[in-house]
Formats: sequence, C-alpha cells, structure tokens
Amino acid sequence: MNTESETIIHVESLTVAYEDTVVIDNISFEVRKGEVFVILGGSGCGKSTLLKQMIGLYSPAAGRILIDGQDIVSAEGDERLRILRKIGVMYQSSALFGSMALFENVRLPLEEFTNLNSAAMDLIVLMKLKLVGLKGFENHMPSELSGGMQKRAAIARAMVLDPQILFLDEPSAGLDPITSAELDQLIISLAHNLKITFVIVTHELPSIYSIADRVIMLDKRVKKIVADGRPQDLRDKSDNQWVRQFFKREVTSNVS
Amino acid sequence: MIESRVTLNTEVSKDGVLTITISGRLDSTSTGNIWQGVIDALERASSKRVVVDTSEIDYCDGTGIGLLVEIQRRQKKTGSKLEISGLRDEYQKLLDFFDPLEFEESRPEKSRKTNLTEEVGRATFSVWDNIRSQVAFLGELVAALYLAARNPTVVRWKDAFLIAETAGVNAFPIVALISFLIGLIMAFQAAIPMKQFGAEIFVADLIALSTLRELGPLMTAIVMAGRTSSAFAAELGTMKVNEEVDALTTMGLDPVRFLVLTRVIATLFMMPLITIFANLFGILGGSVVLLSMGYPLNTYIDRIIQSADYVDLLGGLLKSLAFGLIVAGIGCSHGLRTRTGASAVGDSTTKAVVSGIIMIILTDGLFSVVYFYLGI
Repeated sequence: MNTESETIIHVESLTVAYEDTVVIDNISFEVRKGEVFVILGGSGCGKSTLLKQMIGLYSPAAGRILIDGQDIVSAEGDERLRILRKIGVMYQSSALFGSMALFENVRLPLEEFTNLNSAAMDLIVLMKLKLVGLKGFENHMPSELSGGMQKRAAIARAMVLDPQILFLDEPSAGLDPITSAELDQLIISLAHNLKITFVIVTHELPSIYSIADRVIMLDKRVKKIVADGRPQDLRDKSDNQWVRQFFKREVTSNVS
Repeated sequence: MIESRVTLNTEVSKDGVLTITISGRLDSTSTGNIWQGVIDALERASSKRVVVDTSEIDYCDGTGIGLLVEIQRRQKKTGSKLEISGLRDEYQKLLDFFDPLEFEESRPEKSRKTNLTEEVGRATFSVWDNIRSQVAFLGELVAALYLAARNPTVVRWKDAFLIAETAGVNAFPIVALISFLIGLIMAFQAAIPMKQFGAEIFVADLIALSTLRELGPLMTAIVMAGRTSSAFAAELGTMKVNEEVDALTTMGLDPVRFLVLTRVIATLFMMPLITIFANLFGILGGSVVLLSMGYPLNTYIDRIIQSADYVDLLGGLLKSLAFGLIVAGIGCSHGLRTRTGASAVGDSTTKAVVSGIIMIILTDGLFSVVYFYLGI
C-alpha cells in the first residue's frame, strides 16, 4: 500500500513517565507518508499514552516528536497551530460535543479554519458523513447514536479538514464485524486515494491484518518496542516468542 | 495557516462552452478562495456545455473534491453537459464515490413543527413527570432514612464523615463571611434612621431576632444550595453519565442508600452546626456597628440576651434541619436524574440550585406561618 518512503513522523529517543514511573523507555521510530501504521501491545503498555504524546497533548520526559519536520513538543502559538492543522484525531471515547448535533460537530472545524461559504461547508460535511456511512443522521445528537456510529462520526470530524495524518485511538472497538470491516475499507481507501497517513492504536487483529502496512509492538515489561514490521511477518517470522503468541492469540503464562 | 496556492481561470468560447481551469493545490485552506468564483462563473455563463480542466491540479483533498461535486450537482440540475478532464485517477475514484444528486439540499431539516397546544401539553407532562419523580425520590429517601434509623450499620459512615467535611466544614469560611457582612450591613442600615429617635441600641434586638430566627438559617441554606447542592448534583450526574450508577444497581446496591443517604445524613448533621456559626458571625457583624457608635460590648451582649431566647435559636435550628434535607435531597435527586452528555450535568446542577433555593424560600414561609400560629 505504501508507495512513498518519505518520513512524516519522527519519534526520537522518547521517554514517557508519570512522575517517577517510566511507561515508555527511550524508543525511536519513524512513520512514512501514506502508511497505515499500527501501535500494538498488551493492555497497559502505554499505547494510548504514546498516541497522546504524538499529538502533543502531553510533554514527554525526554525525546522529540517531529511531525512533518516540526517538533510538536516544543512548538508554540502559530507554529503549533500549523502542526495541528496537519493532524486529525479520533479519540477512544469519540469525544463528540454532546451539546451539538452530529452535523454541527463535523462542521465546527470548517467554520473555524476555512473561508468556505455556508453552503460549501454544508456540502463538505455531508460528503464526509457519506464517507463514514452516516448520511441521514445529520440532526442526531451524539447521545442518540450508537457507540459505533459515534466513532464513525468522530472520524468524520477528524478528517473534515483533510489532514495529512489521522490518529485513531481504538477505532474498531465497539463495532460489529461488518461495520468494522467497512471502516477498514474506508481507512484503506483514504490512505490510497488521499495519501492520508494513519497512526492507529488497536487490538483488533483482523483489522490489523487487513489495514496495517507496518506494526510496532510495545511490551510493558521492558517498556520498549519489541517488534517492528508487517503483521504477517511478525506473526510468522518474529524472533520474539511473545510477539508470535500475541498474533496467534495463544494463551500462555508469559502473555501479559 | 498553511499557505496554499490555487488559481482559477474561466473562459467562454464563441460556441458557448464554458471552460473552467483550476491549477495548483486544491485543499481545505485554498478551495474557499475559488469556490464562489466557480459558482459565479457557472451562473453567469449558464452554458449548455461546461469543461473543467483539472490537469494542472497538483494536489486535491476532500474539500477540493467537494467543489467538483458541487459543479456536477449544479450541472445535473440544469441538465447541461459537463466534462471533467485531466483528473488524476486517485481523485477520480474519490469523486466517483459521491452521487451529486444525493446532496440536493444543503442540510435536511428536522421536521419539528409543533403548535401551541402540543407545547403546552408537553410542558404540562414534563412538570407532572418532574413532580412524580420527586415524590418517588422522596419516598425512597424516607424509606432509606427509616432503614438507617432502625439499623445504623447500613449507613456508610466513613463516606458520610468525608462528605460532612467537604460539604460542611469546608463551607464554613464562606458562610461565616457572608453572615458577618450581612449582620454588619443590616446593623449599619438600621442604625442611621434609628439614631434619629435615639433608639440605636435596639439595633441589637433587630440583629439578634432577625439573625437567629431568619437570616442565619436562611443565608446558610442559600449558600449551601449554591455550594453543596450543586456539587452533589454534579458528582452524581457525572456518575450517572459514566454508568457508575447503573453499575451500582446491577451489583444489587441501591443508589439511594449507597450515594444519597450518606449525603443527606452528612448535610443534616452539618446544617445546624454551620447555622450556629452563621448566627454567631451575624451577631458579631452587628456588634462592629454598635461598638463604632460608642456602645460597650457588654451593653450589646445584654440587649441580645434580653431580646432573644432559646426558643428563637432552636426555632431557627429546626428550620436549618429542614433546609439541610432540601439542599441534599434536591441536589442528589437532580444528580440521579441526569441524562446523557456533558451538558446534562450542567442542566442538573442548574436545576438543583434553582429549585433548591425556591424550595428553601417556600419552606421558610411555611415555617413562619406555623411558628406564628404556635406563638413562637
């Protein structure tokens, strides 16, 4: 799937800690443009924490995170805004604004960051909702949508400004297998056609096999990346037994 | 903003063909610059044939595709011929995903027309529903209090003491400050006209009676409604939104016993105690005025003792118990009836404070009438 090898995210010597507790210890990796990049690992290994560092919500204890060559950790003011315009985020809880209808939720970034006229904004919102399969639900409040629909709505909002990178935190969780597969197709199509780079935190192995160009695996015992590669390769050829077991869903006492 | 450059050229040939040439980067930042220009060109020319040359587009994102969909939509509506030439395959695929006629209306409106009769009916039903749930909640609360009186071990005393501290003890500074200032202001306002009749010493009577019987309990209750009742509503409302209340129910734990009882008991204990302090600080506030007018403190205290007795104090404290029940009960009741969403917690908090204050004033009036007939 990956056609370009240009790097869009550099994570350099990143250490993440909550006070004195180190969660991730000195890791480095790169994400290439147009790639569907998956962060995988057991529960509590710091996957979502890593994602939140990458989108600049928290500052790391040490290290740098470069988005398209700019350090999101140290950037401030307009520079930070420029970096944030390049990314879109779908949170695990969807984080839709409860007081706004679905339409307004998706329209908000367009109102704030573009000079499109009102009718144009309406059209773009409807197109995004069509892309995620939610056309017809414009007037629904987030509380009136199912968990899966809320996730799709959050993806629509995250990509309404057509960012270069979309960060998705557990996108398939709570979706039925068909909707989940449709979402996978959507991700593949967006990565293909719009050259959007995806950074996804997920546990869903079927999704990973169908969408991921590359996977990194975090292990909370060593607090480091223990595997990096294509999911099929990691399952069949990894040197690390735990990694192979993880992919094959084998239960042993070693699996945390 | 990211700098994006896009240029638009429109040309109508002799045979009436409108050619729209778009070049550069067509993305969410730049598309807005040419959108209206494209629409104006289409409307001005109203050509039977339109050609959109996209061969010089370097990059096109979803917003850019939106512009092409809008062109298609307008042309299909007028029945004119449209040719989009030179669009790269990956963009063409995305464009093909959308049927322009699907986006006829900018946003389908919710059919939500109601007439006056329906609205009155809905409002009445809502008031009725509210009263019913309040009565049901009161019943559950009384039942839980009865159970707690018969068997005090059902109360989670550790939680109750913690709540007594946060909701009661921590409210002490604000209650003391407000009572002191009200005592001081009232004494000051009363002393000026009373001095004209040489009756300024009776300011002490005014302060003693009004503080012990009315202002001490009432001001404490109003401050507690704003501070504690809202906190209860927000806390329980958030628990409801996070499904923590549902979790308690499915564990077989009664939310009223588990969450409400501790709060009500803690507030019932704390209200009379805080009211005593409110009375003290109100009287202290009044003393400042009389001392500044040259009266010794002993004279002020003597007048207080002569004018007010234990019945006044206890009457006020009895009221404060009822106010405590209202503050905690209404806060918890609205918290437990929170719907979903962040704004729902705000709604519950507002309702708790507003209805709490209204109930406090009404109850105060009721007490006044009862005390009058009892000769207190």
